[in-house]
Amino acid sequence: MTLAGSPAIESTARPIRGGRRLSLNWLGVAPFFAYVGLFLLLPTAILAVGAFVDKDGHPALSNVTAIGQPYLLRTFVGSTIVSLISALVGAIFGALLAYAVATGNPRGVLRRVVTSAAGVFAQFGGVTLVFAFIATIGPVGLVRVFLQDRGVDIFPSGVWLYEPSGLTLIYTYFQIPLMVLVFLPALDGVRPQWREATESLGGTTWHYWRYVAGPLLAPSFLGCTLLLFANAFSAYATAAVLITQGGVLVPLQISALFTSETGQAQPGLAKALALSMVAIVTIVTVLYALLQRRTSRWLR
Amino acid sequence: MSRSRRTRLQVFRGVVFLAMGAFFLVPIAAMFEFSTRGNSVTAPRTMEAWTNILKTPDLIDAITASLELAAITSIAMLVLLIPTMVWVRLRLPALNRIVEFLSLLPLTIPAIALVVGIFPINRWMRINISDSILMLSIFYLILVMPYSYRALDAGLAAIDIKTLSEAARSLGAGWGTVMVRVIVPNMSSAILNASLLSVAVVLGEYTFANLLTYENLQVAIAYVGLTSAGTSIAVAVASLLFAFVLLLILSFVGRPRERVARAEEAIPVPESPILPVRKSFIGVQK
Repeated sequence: MTLAGSPAIESTARPIRGGRRLSLNWLGVAPFFAYVGLFLLLPTAILAVGAFVDKDGHPALSNVTAIGQPYLLRTFVGSTIVSLISALVGAIFGALLAYAVATGNPRGVLRRVVTSAAGVFAQFGGVTLVFAFIATIGPVGLVRVFLQDRGVDIFPSGVWLYEPSGLTLIYTYFQIPLMVLVFLPALDGVRPQWREATESLGGTTWHYWRYVAGPLLAPSFLGCTLLLFANAFSAYATAAVLITQGGVLVPLQISALFTSETGQAQPGLAKALALSMVAIVTIVTVLYALLQRRTSRWLR
Repeated sequence: MSRSRRTRLQVFRGVVFLAMGAFFLVPIAAMFEFSTRGNSVTAPRTMEAWTNILKTPDLIDAITASLELAAITSIAMLVLLIPTMVWVRLRLPALNRIVEFLSLLPLTIPAIALVVGIFPINRWMRINISDSILMLSIFYLILVMPYSYRALDAGLAAIDIKTLSEAARSLGAGWGTVMVRVIVPNMSSAILNASLLSVAVVLGEYTFANLLTYENLQVAIAYVGLTSAGTSIAVAVASLLFAFVLLLILSFVGRPRERVARAEEAIPVPESPILPVRKSFIGVQK
């Protein structure tokens, strides 16, 4: 947009009525700012303040230092492992699928179907997704029973579906499509001429990937992996339905501290945990944005 | 491209598409299979789980509530975002970045974290305003805002709202007329996009409803699932199919706009300020 030019034009065109106009202009955006202020910024402020206030309302660091307790640190480790593995697996398989799409006909039906389906599946999660996996590889699931009849037991040492490893598998179901959506533009930016140039200089396929396409795609791949990490790290519904024993992941711990039915609710600690989640996701998202900007330098 | 490499590439693509197709479609097929099972292994296929949906009042209430929430949230989203976005583009371009930042902000605040901050506000509203589940739509609006903003932003970038609104104003139209009869009809596909996305987000929402103790569709499905897995999986399949249809419609709505953009490209527009925008827009579509 020609953003930089417009304000100048605006102010030179109406110099006399400027003052009155300005207040009326502000009135036009007042509902939006009032709404966002009340229901987005105020809750965030409640989090930020609540994390640094003790039970009696005095400023305190007790909630923040309480995060250092071993059982809470374990939830952060658990969340990080699930998010990291699901992000890596999702990024690798998503990149393979995106490459398979990018090497096909750019106006083809297959591409259209895959990108549309990726848009749908990337939004998929929660109760329905958990049920889908229970119906597939749960104790009486379709695939599980099918394999069992043929002598293959996917749960040789107990059902792992309801544990973090099962959750990681389920997360890849929405991570792979998300990777396709965010990584495909980078792959589309790779020109066939670059490969031809490599070949005319005597380079092999390995050389092309190692010295040309690899380094060019690396920032985007890394950035997209970070986005996937943030995506898994903030997911709650899927984990809440699948894992009934609370406390193995940060989101589950927050809801346990927050709505405890045994009277153990610690709203201050819940707010501190929520705030640290916001901080982690924000940092990861900013890194993603920086890496995307780097990619967009040659991607056009 | 050498022949052997082309063959290898085709084999690679075939394997990837088959494997991914299986990974994504088998769980959905399995869910459908599960919902038509009889009581025992040898029992014949039955649609009992599906007919049970209608006999479970909790589910009917939750489905109704979620559909109402989806409708209210979509309308509120359009009423809040379109005038603001148009106004900012016409009158306060300096604020454009701030509005965009605030609209996309919910993407970086996990819902589970945001709901902790929303809880006291919700409690106050329940005591002082209303206890109805429909109050959830006020909070759902925050969740749908980033997706809707992007959809509406793409629609607004494709039309020259400045010229359109100035033309309408010089013919004597008030701001209301400009909005409803000039701008809205020109971005109908973007509006449909934004609405469908909002509906899909609201119908799939679990976190807010669960932690604020409302029973919407997803919460009810999880709850019913504890006692009768078949019925709740049947509802899950139904809601999934509904969301799929919505989102598939959405992915095909983008098409006519692409055609319009290309047609406009063919016409040389002298000193058009939106030409660079349109170029980048086509880049996005590709």
